[in-house]
Amino acid sequence: MTDQVMANDEIDEKNNSAERVFRRGDDSAILRLSESEVQAYTPDDDRRMVINMGPQHPSTHGVLRLSLEMEGESVLRSKPIIGYLHTGMEKTGEQLSYLQGPTNVTRMDYSSPLFSELAFSLATETLLEIEIPQRATWIRMLMCELNRISSHLLFQATNGMDMGAVGAMIYGWREREEVLRLFEIITGLRMNHNYIRPGGVAADLPDGWRDDVLRVLDSLPDRLDEFDTLLTGQPIWHERLQGVGVINTAECLALGITGPLLRSTGYAWDLRKDIPYLEYDQVEFDVLVGTYGDCFDRFAIRLNEIRESIRIVRQILEKMPQGDYKIQDKKVTPPPRARIDESMEALIHHFKIFTEGFKVPAGEVYASVESPRGELGCYIVSDGGPKPYRMHIRGPSFTNLQVLPHMLQNCLVADAVAVISTVDPIMGEVDR
Amino acid sequence: MSDETVNEEIDQSDDTNVYETSSRGQKVLHTGRNNLISAIQGLRSEGFNVCIDVTAVDYLENPERDLPEEISPERFELVVNLLSHQKRERVRLRIQVPENQPNVPTLFDIFPGTEALEREVHDLFGINFDGHPDMTRILMPENWQGHPLRKDYDVGKIPVQFKEAPGSS
Amino acid sequence: MAKIPLLGDSKNIGEEGLAGLDHNFLTGKIEDLVKWSRARSMWPATFGLACCALEMMATGSAHYDLGRWGMEVFRASPRQADLMIVAGRVSQKMAPILRQVYDQMMEPKWVISMGVCASSGGMFNNYALVQGVDQIVPVDVYAPGCPPGPETLMHAILQLHEKVETGEITRRRNELNGGAGIIVEQRDGQTATKVVIGK
Repeated sequence: MTDQVMANDEIDEKNNSAERVFRRGDDSAILRLSESEVQAYTPDDDRRMVINMGPQHPSTHGVLRLSLEMEGESVLRSKPIIGYLHTGMEKTGEQLSYLQGPTNVTRMDYSSPLFSELAFSLATETLLEIEIPQRATWIRMLMCELNRISSHLLFQATNGMDMGAVGAMIYGWREREEVLRLFEIITGLRMNHNYIRPGGVAADLPDGWRDDVLRVLDSLPDRLDEFDTLLTGQPIWHERLQGVGVINTAECLALGITGPLLRSTGYAWDLRKDIPYLEYDQVEFDVLVGTYGDCFDRFAIRLNEIRESIRIVRQILEKMPQGDYKIQDKKVTPPPRARIDESMEALIHHFKIFTEGFKVPAGEVYASVESPRGELGCYIVSDGGPKPYRMHIRGPSFTNLQVLPHMLQNCLVADAVAVISTVDPIMGEVDR
Repeated sequence: MSDETVNEEIDQSDDTNVYETSSRGQKVLHTGRNNLISAIQGLRSEGFNVCIDVTAVDYLENPERDLPEEISPERFELVVNLLSHQKRERVRLRIQVPENQPNVPTLFDIFPGTEALEREVHDLFGINFDGHPDMTRILMPENWQGHPLRKDYDVGKIPVQFKEAPGSS
Repeated sequence: MAKIPLLGDSKNIGEEGLAGLDHNFLTGKIEDLVKWSRARSMWPATFGLACCALEMMATGSAHYDLGRWGMEVFRASPRQADLMIVAGRVSQKMAPILRQVYDQMMEPKWVISMGVCASSGGMFNNYALVQGVDQIVPVDVYAPGCPPGPETLMHAILQLHEKVETGEITRRRNELNGGAGIIVEQRDGQTATKVVIGK
């Protein structure tokens, strides 16, 4: 599948098909008016109007607002308006130490929080130039793949509900609860775990974790087949999702889109296979691609990515090495609690790490992972102190949202819900 | 190399050379502001076909940083992150942007995906992108004053008041 | 201006609702019936903003079913909702919209502030967030947690139901001139042997 990556001249040819994303003026699919101008905008044609969708609406994708310029039922131009969840996390990131950093970034992509923590931790470890133990790496892989399963199940639930299959919400959450229960056993929390920290992970896997994970993995395939029975072959599902929201590869690459959206166009780019991080080159899995770049392909890709993740987790279960779950460098990771009673040095190190934080040598680094939404990257600039000088997260949903106006052009309003739902934005990482 | 005659200094923005440094094993390139477009186009023809990220850093409090000797530091730095699918490589461009004239040419015509990224940089840092189709605020409310991620913009912490819960005895 | 037998002056009832009724055995029973039905069928409005929204959806799903108390219908339109569960962090841009949705709800209405970000700004003490949604709307129950698990949210909802049913909530609101301000404890992660619901 790596041969499918396109050569540059092929891309230039296909750019002709991508020319609609380059348009700037009124012929663009994007309604480029500021919010106050949109209020006052009256189109010349009587049949056209600008409708506002959101930010509070039942399609459960968070606080996304869309301005849709419509003629009858079809959407002509549109504009996603974001910022309703802007939390100033990058500014807060400059006030928190590197050990507290994961608590901050984990709340950005709240559906797959472990990936944000992983990107931050990888960037910090690259700056520190330390190498973490093997077991910590494999534990991180295990948790991330489980998180990918829970995030894609959330997608199935919300996508189904948006399409009208309200029962899919219950089915998706039923499975997700099992994975969240597993997270609670391992990390202590159902969501926003703060488990993957610079230096390793926060705690070792508890006794009996293999049985717990196997129990979840064994129950999942039958339940995924239920999704297939209920949704995949259904004619109404096909009518609603096939041929809707079509995008092609050149447009995706020009817009910087990654993740299942890019793979649905037939382009097999997955960071786990192409630029492997952690130990992904030691497990076998397939990268799934679609054919038409429509909503149905994205739904099917995410459903089958759950199956691939199950496959990866089974291999991790076999290959999990023994060892430390965090690096033994006293300057970076806190000592075990029992040692604090015995050794003054351990107490001092514990105190320094939790109050002041460990100092990271100056420099700047970018680290990226493949989250369920696409390429999630973390750019940290350090000035030698205990807190990042600048911490920036490249959220995949922020870039992926730019595809919405191009997908929505000439779609019906009912398709707008389908399109937004299959783009699967998480507004926490869009707005940060 | 930049020419320096006795009475004149060439503005660093017009520097057309691209200098390469390395940061923790990652390739970093530096060039002048006005050379940004041609540098990006050059990289694109070398195979860097995706623009992953456009962001900025405000170096108000930390002027010492790792730069090649031909580049003198300015207050802002624009960081453009590119990825080559063919070569499986990443490269970063760091452009110095002065405080008194925070203008940079837009990358929209090469990578339309930078539209929202550049709006975010404008919103949070105040750097203007010449030629951008819609240079408005994207994350903060439209009538917000100030650029939050600048170092001289306060975090806005309020002192935490521990008060009696309303109605508790 | 007619006086309705056993109930009271119709002018008072028209202006003050239940409070304008004469106090006797029959109207006491009517009031109890009204409060009982309000507590039993309190429909939430969807106001899921961030991570807490996922836990709110989990509470509504099969495992921690909110349908046991008649609340699984999350009404999209605020006109049809009684309860606004503010689930998530409220940014400066979102604040006017929150107030607008609250104003569109019909009386009687209640607000649960779910999570620490809605209750007090949470871990984000900065320029971008409203430090506590009680600066915008009167809050009746504060549910702590980041995010509060489904058990905590259910505890908060059941506290609200109890206070509505006994009439305590109106008393507290009049006393405090705003929301009732009940703070519940976190109830997550308790073993099955010791779950005390509603207290």
